[in-house]
Amino acid sequence: MATLTEVPAVALPSLSNDEIARYSRHLILPEVGMEGQQKLKAARVLCVGTGGLGSPLAYYLAAAGVGTLGLVDFDVVDSSNLQRQIIHSTKDIGRLKLDSAEEKLTALNPHMKIVKFNTMLLSSNALEIFKDFDIVADGTDNFPTRYLVNDACVLSGKPNVYGSIFRFEGQASIFATEEGPCYRCLYPEPPPPGLVPSCAEGGVLGILPGLVGVIQATEVIKLILGQGDPLIGRLLLVDSLGMRFRELKLRKNPDCPVCGTHPTVTKLIDYEQFCGIQPAPAADAPLVNGIRQIGVTEFKQQRDAGKDFFLLDVREPHEFKIAEIGGYLIPLGDLQKRVGELDKNREIVVQCKSGGRSQKGAEFLQQAGFKVKNLAGGINAWSEQIDPRVPKY
Amino acid sequence: MKIHIPTPLRQFAAKQATVTVPASTVGEALDALTSTHPELKKHLYSEDGRLRAFVNVYLNDEDIRYLSDKENTAVKDGDSLSIIPSIAGGKEDKTWQL
Repeated sequence: MATLTEVPAVALPSLSNDEIARYSRHLILPEVGMEGQQKLKAARVLCVGTGGLGSPLAYYLAAAGVGTLGLVDFDVVDSSNLQRQIIHSTKDIGRLKLDSAEEKLTALNPHMKIVKFNTMLLSSNALEIFKDFDIVADGTDNFPTRYLVNDACVLSGKPNVYGSIFRFEGQASIFATEEGPCYRCLYPEPPPPGLVPSCAEGGVLGILPGLVGVIQATEVIKLILGQGDPLIGRLLLVDSLGMRFRELKLRKNPDCPVCGTHPTVTKLIDYEQFCGIQPAPAADAPLVNGIRQIGVTEFKQQRDAGKDFFLLDVREPHEFKIAEIGGYLIPLGDLQKRVGELDKNREIVVQCKSGGRSQKGAEFLQQAGFKVKNLAGGINAWSEQIDPRVPKY
Repeated sequence: MKIHIPTPLRQFAAKQATVTVPASTVGEALDALTSTHPELKKHLYSEDGRLRAFVNVYLNDEDIRYLSDKENTAVKDGDSLSIIPSIAGGKEDKTWQL
C-alpha cells in the first residue's frame, strides 16, 4: 500500500471544535477518523490548472479539509469556460482564474491555506513550485505541460494524480510513485501537433471534467489517508456516452527515459520543442508548413473587393449550424473522398473554427494540386475582429 | 474479434465505436482494421511500420507491448482490442491550433 504523508502522529495538527463539527461525517468513518482528518489538514496538494478538471478537484479537496492547496494558473475566466469550470461564475468573466477560485474555496472552507502561483508552469519554475507540496494533481490541458508535470514529479519524487479528457471520454491514473509507472511509461512521446484535435476544436461534454476531476480528488484523498487501492499501475477509462468504466494495466517501463533504470532525462527539458510545437509565425511571414495564411481582415478586404475565391468550411455539420460565414461545407474527414467537388482553377480559402483543422485541410489540398490559403484564426477570429453577430464558440 | 476505436480516431473508421474483424492474432486484427479503414493506418503506425509512441493497443486489459508474443499473440472471439491514444484537453489551448 502506497502511503505518502508519513508524518508521525505527534506532528499532526490538531482540529478545532469548528473543524470537528465540519468534518464530522469524515470523523465517524473508521477509515478517516481523527487521525485521517489531521493527515488531510497536514497535507499540501498542488493543483496544476483551475479549469475543467481543476474546478471540481480543488473544490472537493477544499471541502474535504486538505490544509494547504496550491493553485497554478495564468488564465482569465472566459464565458466559454463556464459550461464546465464550475468554480468560476458569470460575474468572474475576465478575472484571473486564480482569484476567482480562491474566493470560492475560501468561502467554502476558511480553515485552509491557499497558495496562488500566477504563472504558466514552466521548466524554469516547476521544481521550485512543487518543492513545498506532497502531491501534484495534473489538471492541465496540453501535452507540453502534461510531460512537464510528469517529469517534474518523477524528478522530485512526488505522485502525479492524473486526469485527461476528450469529448465524452476521460482517463485517470496515478503516476510517478516510487513503485508505479509514470506518464512516459504509458506514452513515451506526444502526438505531433494537429494530429489529434484539441478540446477547443473537438469539444467536451461539460460534466466529463466533473467526473474525472472528482476521480482525481478521490485518489488524492486516498493517498493522503493511506486507505484503499490507489489507481497506481492502472489506467481508468471513463466513457460518459456509453457510461462505462474500464481499466487497463499499466507497467513501469524499465527503459523509460525518465523513471527507468537508466534515465536519459535527468533534468527538465524544453517541452514545447519536445512536443514539436513551432513558435507562432510572425504576422508578416504568414506561411505555415508551406501554406499561405490569410488573416480575417485581409480576407474581408479581398472578399469586399470582389476577388474570386472559393471559401471551403471543413468543420462538422453541427458546428456549421452554430455559426457560418458563407463557406461550402466539407468536413475535414470527408475531404479526401469529396475532393472532386472542388475546382482546381479557383483559389480556395480553407476555414474552420480556429485555424487548426483548416490548416490540415489546406495541406492536403495543396498536395493534391489545389491553390489554397488557410484562414488564420478561423470563424472565431472573424467573430472577434470582423463581425460580432457571428457567434464565437 | 471486436476492436474499440477511441473517439479521436472514429472519424477515420466510418464513425464507428467498435469494428468487428476476423482474426486469429493481434497483428491480423490490426491488419484487417487498417485494410478496411486505410486512413487509420497513418494514425496508428509511423512510416517505419511501428506502432506510434502515443498510441497503445490493449488486448483485453493488457498492453500488447508486454505480451510475450506481442502482435503474434493468439486471440479468441470473445477477446477485444482497445486502441488508447494519449488525449489532452480541458479548456481552449491555442498552442494546438496553429
